[in-house]
Amino acid sequence: MNLPAELDELFSAARHGGLAWRTLLKPGDWLLLALALAAVAASYPLLWRGGSADRAIVKRDGAVLIELALNAPRKVEVMGALGPTLIEIAPGRARVLADPGPRQYCVQQGWLTRANAVAICAPSHITLQLSGPQSSYDSLNY
Amino acid sequence: MIALPVTADDRRIARYTAAAIALTIAEAALPSPLPGIKPGLANIIVLLVLLRHGWRDALWVGLLRVVAGSLLLGQFLAPGFFLALAGACASLLTLAAAVRLPRRWFGAVSLSLLAAFAHIGGQILLARLWLVPHDGVFYLVPLFATAALIFGSINGLVVAQLVAVVPAPTFPLTPPEVHSS
Repeated sequence: MNLPAELDELFSAARHGGLAWRTLLKPGDWLLLALALAAVAASYPLLWRGGSADRAIVKRDGAVLIELALNAPRKVEVMGALGPTLIEIAPGRARVLADPGPRQYCVQQGWLTRANAVAICAPSHITLQLSGPQSSYDSLNY
Repeated sequence: MIALPVTADDRRIARYTAAAIALTIAEAALPSPLPGIKPGLANIIVLLVLLRHGWRDALWVGLLRVVAGSLLLGQFLAPGFFLALAGACASLLTLAAAVRLPRRWFGAVSLSLLAAFAHIGGQILLARLWLVPHDGVFYLVPLFATAALIFGSINGLVVAQLVAVVPAPTFPLTPPEVHSS
């Protein structure tokens, strides 16, 4: 088979064994390789941490009613447009336990666990939102 | 009739570009776990050209293979073409600076790693600015960076091997016979 000169050159180098791989790395190569490895390893926790939430924010008509830390279980009642809405907090998660709204969408949503997750009780004008260690964009506000 | 004079430079660049395009096409046939994660085999040729013939030739080969490769794959002016172009531009600019590193300490693997990281950097930046204007794209950075680390190292070793074993161009640079009809 006739290969182009360049590819033939590639394959002939491979066929003839060549040099030991480790002799091809210079000191700076090792240094850069180590730096790159460290940077890649660091990028995982840095960029994939966003999931966990540490605070729940309850708003009525966009104004913050109360901010709750997600570190101990508790239940909080806030007053919405239709009456009291019950928020339940557990370590790392939160939910709307009861709401006087007719369709109960925010209650049926269940536990919120991720940062920037939102449950909206529209008839009551109440929103429950989780927030993470660093604020990032969510699909509602961005 | 207009005759364009063809120089030895043109022929050399064309031949290297042909090899780079062949690798681009071959690589397009490989299944990829995530769009954008590829071995980047054509960069072996770009780095080889850089080390043998300098940055100007590498620039030609790097850009020509993106344009010609996308034409052959039917991707010309598709989003993937612009991502490839952004990656190629970023890595070529990085190589323009990296090639000035002392050759005694930094070999082909350094160049290849820097080019690979610049490549994903350029692509993600364009994706963030244009295709996915949302910080969600940065969620994929660790995966792309891991691919850049692995393939950048391997490609760099291949280039180092080629440069060490085949130090000078061995293919004939004389123009082939042209039969006009």
